[in-house]
Amino acid sequence: MPLSMTLTLNGAARDVVLDDPRVTLLDLLRERLDLTGTKKGCDRGQCGACTVLVNGRRVNSCLTLAATLDGAEVTTIEGLGTAAALHPVQAAFIEHDGFQCGYCTPGQIMSAAGLISEGLDAEDPERIREGMSGNICRCGAYHGITLAVQEAARRMAADGQEDAA
Amino acid sequence: MKSFDFVQPRTVAEALAAWGPGAVWLGGGTSLIDLMKLGVAQPDVVIDLGRVAGMRSVDVQGDGAVRIGALVSNADLTRDAAFAARFPMVAEALLSGASGQLRNAATVAGNLMQHTRCAYFQDAGAACNRRDPGAGCDAQGGVGGGVAVLGASPACIAVNPSDFCVPLAALDAVVEVQGPEGGREIAMADFHLLPGDTPDRVTALAPGELIVALRLPAGADGFAGHSRYLKVRDRTSFAFATASAAAGLRMEHGRIAEARLALGAVAAKPWRVAEAEAVLIGQTPDADLFDRAATIAMAGAEPGDDLAWKIDLARKTAVRALCLAAAGTPARMPALPASVFAEPAGEKVHA
Repeated sequence: MPLSMTLTLNGAARDVVLDDPRVTLLDLLRERLDLTGTKKGCDRGQCGACTVLVNGRRVNSCLTLAATLDGAEVTTIEGLGTAAALHPVQAAFIEHDGFQCGYCTPGQIMSAAGLISEGLDAEDPERIREGMSGNICRCGAYHGITLAVQEAARRMAADGQEDAA
Repeated sequence: MKSFDFVQPRTVAEALAAWGPGAVWLGGGTSLIDLMKLGVAQPDVVIDLGRVAGMRSVDVQGDGAVRIGALVSNADLTRDAAFAARFPMVAEALLSGASGQLRNAATVAGNLMQHTRCAYFQDAGAACNRRDPGAGCDAQGGVGGGVAVLGASPACIAVNPSDFCVPLAALDAVVEVQGPEGGREIAMADFHLLPGDTPDRVTALAPGELIVALRLPAGADGFAGHSRYLKVRDRTSFAFATASAAAGLRMEHGRIAEARLALGAVAAKPWRVAEAEAVLIGQTPDADLFDRAATIAMAGAEPGDDLAWKIDLARKTAVRALCLAAAGTPARMPALPASVFAEPAGEKVHA
């Protein structure tokens, strides 16, 4: 029996009809909604390439059944910033060279955005590394990734204070 | 993945009514969906609990006990500052497990229900008595140290992979269950079963029973000032334990008034030995004393062909966890929770 559901996807309401409850959020995004920025790595929740935000929280989209998400708000890398107005995490990854091949990068950036919103202490690189341990980078760009997350967290905290003032 | 029917009950009563042979409960899905992809779990019906009302809060009860709804996420429980302050080793254990993404999705009840990470259980092509009773056990004589040294049987040498369950066992947590026959409570100590000759029976839940909450009894916060979880693993983060220990001490005038010690990753359930705790009572904290307790806790451990190192590692992990607990709970969660690499001086809760 087809499952009808409504998602808020990158800020826009989307009606989705699922013909099969086995479809993961990752496959829904890539195969059915043509949002291929979210990557499939291990497909087992171990590599983090498929990280997206669901209701503001970072999760592995490969382990999330799409059918569980009726009414949910989903943000993917396509919805985080635009080419003209990069999200601070995206800008910081470019500035600090937080990638090499780029395959893990959408997941790294979504995970970092989620981690910062969880209240990261950006002054402690150890806490950044621990907080990002669900995202694997086969190229080993961890040094740049750590610096990028630190920079983005500082910048977002400063922007937040300005907004509040 | 095998196809299945998908249902979304709105109440516990609807959930119970939806259950039948071949059905599974879906919480956060971080373990179940993975096993379904591997073909290890092949349910006919998936009952998504995500819409069931009333299982997502952490409540302090009249007597001071804390009741944790079954669907509270691992992350939300650690973010509950009041909870983490009262039960720091529970928060530390949760934060030492999985990744930020997985902790956001995974639920506390799902943590109790997660299957072993034994590689032979997860490989549908390997013989496994737990997955397929009577098939044999390829883990015997297999590769890796992630197997039991206590409470194992010829049928199964798998360990329970949970970090969370270790301090829960140490603190006498209670599992609240609803089922076709009504509600009941199961002590953590009785919740996970040793394999014996029925390794496919992993928990004390009867068919169709559902965890609705966990409860930490009043008084379990008496260990808050001297309470640690320590986890030894292949890498510092995002790895299952090779050996772990939850240690809690209630101190009075420099002496141990009450003690709790449970070990993880050494058996099919968190391993807690009353005699190991009793030997500490009335004593002054001391590494030699802790070594005596840890040795008692590991009594009867079976090294098999090549696991003597694991018995030694588990004993030393317990000693170090007790030493850390005696030094005092850190006022702030360490950057690397439960890690042997993160031992700062730093301010303690009751400095």
